[in-house]
Amino acid sequence: MTLWITVIVASVLSFVVKYTGYLIPQSLLEKPKFTRVTNLLTVAMLAALVAVQTLGAGQSIAIDARIPAVIVAAILFSFRVPFIVVVAVAGIVAVVLRNLGWMA
Amino acid sequence: MALSAADKRALRTGISVGIAVAAYGVSFGALSVAAGLDVWQTCFLSLVLFSGGSQFAVIGIIASGGAAAGIPAIASSTFLALRNGIYSMRVAPIVGEGPWWRRIIAAQLTIDESTAVAIAQDEKSAQKVGFWTTGIAIYIGWNLATFAGALLGNLVGDVNKFGLDAVAAAAFVGLLWPRLKQLQAAAVAMVAAVLATILIPFTPPGVPVLAAALVALVFGLTNWLHREPAAQVQPDDASEPLDTPGFHPGHEGTAS
Repeated sequence: MTLWITVIVASVLSFVVKYTGYLIPQSLLEKPKFTRVTNLLTVAMLAALVAVQTLGAGQSIAIDARIPAVIVAAILFSFRVPFIVVVAVAGIVAVVLRNLGWMA
Repeated sequence: MALSAADKRALRTGISVGIAVAAYGVSFGALSVAAGLDVWQTCFLSLVLFSGGSQFAVIGIIASGGAAAGIPAIASSTFLALRNGIYSMRVAPIVGEGPWWRRIIAAQLTIDESTAVAIAQDEKSAQKVGFWTTGIAIYIGWNLATFAGALLGNLVGDVNKFGLDAVAAAAFVGLLWPRLKQLQAAAVAMVAAVLATILIPFTPPGVPVLAAALVALVFGLTNWLHREPAAQVQPDDASEPLDTPGFHPGHEGTAS
């Protein structure tokens, strides 16, 4: 199999998956029970994504500078600090800890 | 189009998320070329596949298995992309009815970040602005960065030394934040995060996030911990079975 076939098939399948929700009739998607479930699905997957992005390193768990950065971010968000400021601070926390050699 | 204050906030968030994420594109471009793909294949993935996790999976598998590893690369990529299909069910009503080409573009832009920015907004118009701004900003930024990374190669090195990994995680925390005020959503988020963490060492990439969907299904279908006056909930629940297709096998296609 050539690389091009892999690249094209993977790309087409990605689009097909993304399009599924747009094929479902709007009237069904807007039903209260459906809305509630799709809402929670999105929240659950994004929360899981935060966990994976904070702790995951391939198929293992890594304790590194991402954790203090995310904790600082959560504290700042709870004080309603603007999004862009918090995100920048989180990056700085990670960079500083890594440069000091305190955390990977 | 006049933008409300909420719309402008969504716009700003979308652009900042777009810039932060796009920076990863440089890393993708460089690693893809190093994995053995040419510049055009690399750019094709960012233009058409356009889903970060899946793209990194494809080049990771090609890097170790070469062109012969096509089937596992496609399988892994598609598996990681499944969550976009679930997002699309949430995002489709936000995008709304429209010409077919607009829905095609919206589908292509339906990824973690555009969905997260959309649902972080309270008003429907701001959700729409958030989705489109984030999707378009990332699409343009990610593709330009991919191209630059593919041409430059690994001159930049590991982007995580700039703290980008922490930036990405912190951004999603901020986008989820407004949703966590509701008890049910907060409980779902908590259980989902714990479950995903436990699964990281034991399951292939992509499984932890998809498994979290089961948590949402359990809470959503049983409506566990949902706090709303009973009077508001009852009419919805009572009317649902009648409207659900397939619930009455004898009345298929008879839309109420």
